[in-house]
Amino acid sequence: MSQVTMTVNGKTASGDVEGRTLLSHFLRETLNLTGTHVGCDTSQCGACVVHVNGEAVKACTMLAAEADGASVDTIEGQANADGSLNVIQQAFQDHHGLQCGFCTPGMVMSTAALLKDNPKPSEAEIRDYLEGNICRCTGYHNIVKAILAASGQDVSAVAAE
Amino acid sequence: MPKDGGIGASSKRREDVRFLTGQGNYTDDINQQGQTYAVFARSNVANGVIKSVDTSAAEAMPGVLAVFTGEDFVEVGGNPAGWYIESRDGTPMKEPKRPVLAHGKARHVGDAYAAVIAETLEQARDAAEAIDADIEELQAVATAEAALAEGATLVHDEIETNMVFDWGWIEDNRAATDEAIKNAPHVTTLELVNNRLVPNAMEPRASIGDYKPGTGDYTLHTTSQNPHLTRLLISAFVMGIPENKLTVIAPDVGGGFGSKIYHYGEEALVLAAAKKLGRPVKWTADRSESFLTDAHGRDHVTKIELATEEDGTFIAIRTETLANVGAYLSNFATVTPTFLHGTLMAGNYTVPHVYVNLKAVLTNTAPVDAYRGAGRPEATYSIERVIDKCARELNMDPIALRRKNFIKPDQFPYTTPVALEYDIGDYDAVMDKLEEIGDLAGFAKRRADSEARGKLRGLGVNSYIEACGIAPSNLVGVLGARVGLYDAATVRVNATGSLAVMVGAHSHGQGHETAFPQVVADMLGIDEGQIEIVHGDTSKIPFGMGTYGSRSLAVCGSAVVKATEKIINKAKKIAAHMLEASDADIELKDGQFTVAGTDKSVAWGEVALKAYVPHQFPIEDIEPGLEETAFYDPANFTYPSGAYACEVEVDPETGKVTIERFAAADDFGNVINPMIVEGQVHGGLGQGIGQALLENCTYDSDGQLLSASYMDYAMPRADDVPFYSVDHSSQTPCTHNPLGVKGCGEAGAIGSPPSVVNAVVDALQSGGHDVSHIDMPVSPSRVWAAMNK
Repeated sequence: MSQVTMTVNGKTASGDVEGRTLLSHFLRETLNLTGTHVGCDTSQCGACVVHVNGEAVKACTMLAAEADGASVDTIEGQANADGSLNVIQQAFQDHHGLQCGFCTPGMVMSTAALLKDNPKPSEAEIRDYLEGNICRCTGYHNIVKAILAASGQDVSAVAAE
Repeated sequence: MPKDGGIGASSKRREDVRFLTGQGNYTDDINQQGQTYAVFARSNVANGVIKSVDTSAAEAMPGVLAVFTGEDFVEVGGNPAGWYIESRDGTPMKEPKRPVLAHGKARHVGDAYAAVIAETLEQARDAAEAIDADIEELQAVATAEAALAEGATLVHDEIETNMVFDWGWIEDNRAATDEAIKNAPHVTTLELVNNRLVPNAMEPRASIGDYKPGTGDYTLHTTSQNPHLTRLLISAFVMGIPENKLTVIAPDVGGGFGSKIYHYGEEALVLAAAKKLGRPVKWTADRSESFLTDAHGRDHVTKIELATEEDGTFIAIRTETLANVGAYLSNFATVTPTFLHGTLMAGNYTVPHVYVNLKAVLTNTAPVDAYRGAGRPEATYSIERVIDKCARELNMDPIALRRKNFIKPDQFPYTTPVALEYDIGDYDAVMDKLEEIGDLAGFAKRRADSEARGKLRGLGVNSYIEACGIAPSNLVGVLGARVGLYDAATVRVNATGSLAVMVGAHSHGQGHETAFPQVVADMLGIDEGQIEIVHGDTSKIPFGMGTYGSRSLAVCGSAVVKATEKIINKAKKIAAHMLEASDADIELKDGQFTVAGTDKSVAWGEVALKAYVPHQFPIEDIEPGLEETAFYDPANFTYPSGAYACEVEVDPETGKVTIERFAAADDFGNVINPMIVEGQVHGGLGQGIGQALLENCTYDSDGQLLSASYMDYAMPRADDVPFYSVDHSSQTPCTHNPLGVKGCGEAGAIGSPPSVVNAVVDALQSGGHDVSHIDMPVSPSRVWAAMNK
């Protein structure tokens, strides 16, 4: 066991981990941040996406020890300071971009990373970017629509589709 | 104008806030004081004799608290099939025992034969690997055809056959159907495979068992679509724990699509282990376990014949199907390929003769059961593919051929030759709507544009009908169901006028927490924010049969309506007393009880308060309190229907198919929350397109699962699908439930696969290829091979 310390959602957090402990496991089991979900064991589903030093990372592909000293952001830290939903979260609610909610944390975190790099993505760019996030409920329609809306683009034509 | 609340409003979902902020409460998110962890040892061969299981090394490892094997569960009951289906010659259904842990024989890859309980997950995992099992591999049977071959290995020796039943529906139709087909001027024949699928809810299954020695109370947290059914199965069949000593809680559940309807052995194991250790025991599947052990879907091989007059008038449909049900009979495994499939084989059409033969066959694969649509996608695919092939053979327009044979609005109620009575529908109206929203008139130009870019373009259209609102208990009892299929709700009015509504349906993505309050709010004339839905906990809810078969609103929603009607009746009595008027003169409107024709009124909240502060209250006539329960048993199934259109482009160089447009026109009857309904259709389309284009659960001939991860099983991604064009404005309200609703959860998955394949065949034929059928998934290699044969 070794001790790791990282900044999670702006606060210092530390804990003992085995060498094999994944970041996703550390967040969920040691820090009780269970919003980061684990939906597969091959790094395909994307339900565990968090930001490490500002970059989107699948928390199941990274050892907790590798995140020692890093700044980690998770879904629990995404709402506005007053607790209200941020722009992306609000767009997902407004456009019904989630159903069972299990893939949702990863979708929101991936969207945040996408919009940071590409503030006005096209529909095709959004669909391409979400290659690493699987949703089984929505058929992606309302997720893509929500991301277009979150980036300030007019989705009224999509609504009429 | 869109409404801003109540029935018909696209109310935003209240459950979203917790999901969007990471505050959901899924089973694996729960950790209990003193919790231990279970890991299962699973067979890596599909068929093997378990000669010995040496657990001594595992037991000696750090942190290990207990090891269970199949031996420990020999005395407890088996997990039963929920329906009894007799063969057409009267032979009883063959029902092999499904144990908690495999004993004597392992029957599919992933079949669990032992479980380790340890202090930590890592310790349990390490110890499970140290279990030394001697399993002698035998020849496996992985397909229904192989399992029925002469001399095939038996999956269960004790039942002396791999055939569970050889079912005919309706057997009395057989001779006349055969005769009609023999004499018909035209017969279209199609052999097709309805590909095996893995449901793949994004949340893997998980269970936590707890036992309190001081009281003898068990609690099971589990990923279930129907906690009461799970409790019933554990209590009455598997473990014998009295229902009053077992609470089953399904908290937030991350999708189900059928796979979480059923009781699985892991749930019994964590309860037994919790009792033995006196500590909570948690198990969470990894995705590999999900692939290996979640109930799979579909897996039919069918020959269908459609007999017609030369002008396209339908005369008869006959099908023969082999259904692979896997190694054990899962809870709905016997009803899914029979009564949820054969009874729909008349489709939306007047066809005088229909006969369905289906053989359910055990194989050395994971159990197969209901997956979104459950039998109805298989029926729809067979019918709508053969109609398309028929249209091409008769040189008729596929839409015109369907319209020619539609059951017409004035023919309802319509009894089909396969025994369902459709109450209402208007299939031409839905097809009209499809032609409009899909801009089918513009297809020719779009095809020309595609061809100018070197691509082939195809248009595929189909209709569908489904039987939802499962199910009328009287009817299904006659057909072999071992349970009733009603649902229940309790409406509890609090003293200050807010409400808790306890429902037997379970929401795992369907938005019940938002939609059910819309119904109650509409009836009472109060704000829906005052109403809270409670679901998923057997200790809080009267009873319920859960959520599947597009039943929640049609069945449980009807129970909510009936319970709310009782509330209104009692509240009117209280209001009458308060207003010194007769009950019959009290009207409820916008949350005010008014004496008809006067300005005397009391508000909803005042009546609620009076019920709980019954001063000057006529206790001899009215009990204090305001809480009512209703059970609702439907009089019939509901019959959603629709028409779907898919446009594909095929790259002739590679065989790759892309979905360019998809339009879905549905008749769901009345709609409570259009936003949620559209979302349900989108999701079903995603899964149906996935089945048609991408997904395939593949075992090799030794029963090894080749598609056991997301590396190998092609889940639909965002760039595999387009924006969909959906419409539900064609509405023929259900005639027999109080909301006039039909159900929308499965339509997309039922209606979409045939239109995709019809479109691909259309595209290839437009390019001069002599291709009449390609099995799903229509992968690039299959399409390319079809073009280059």
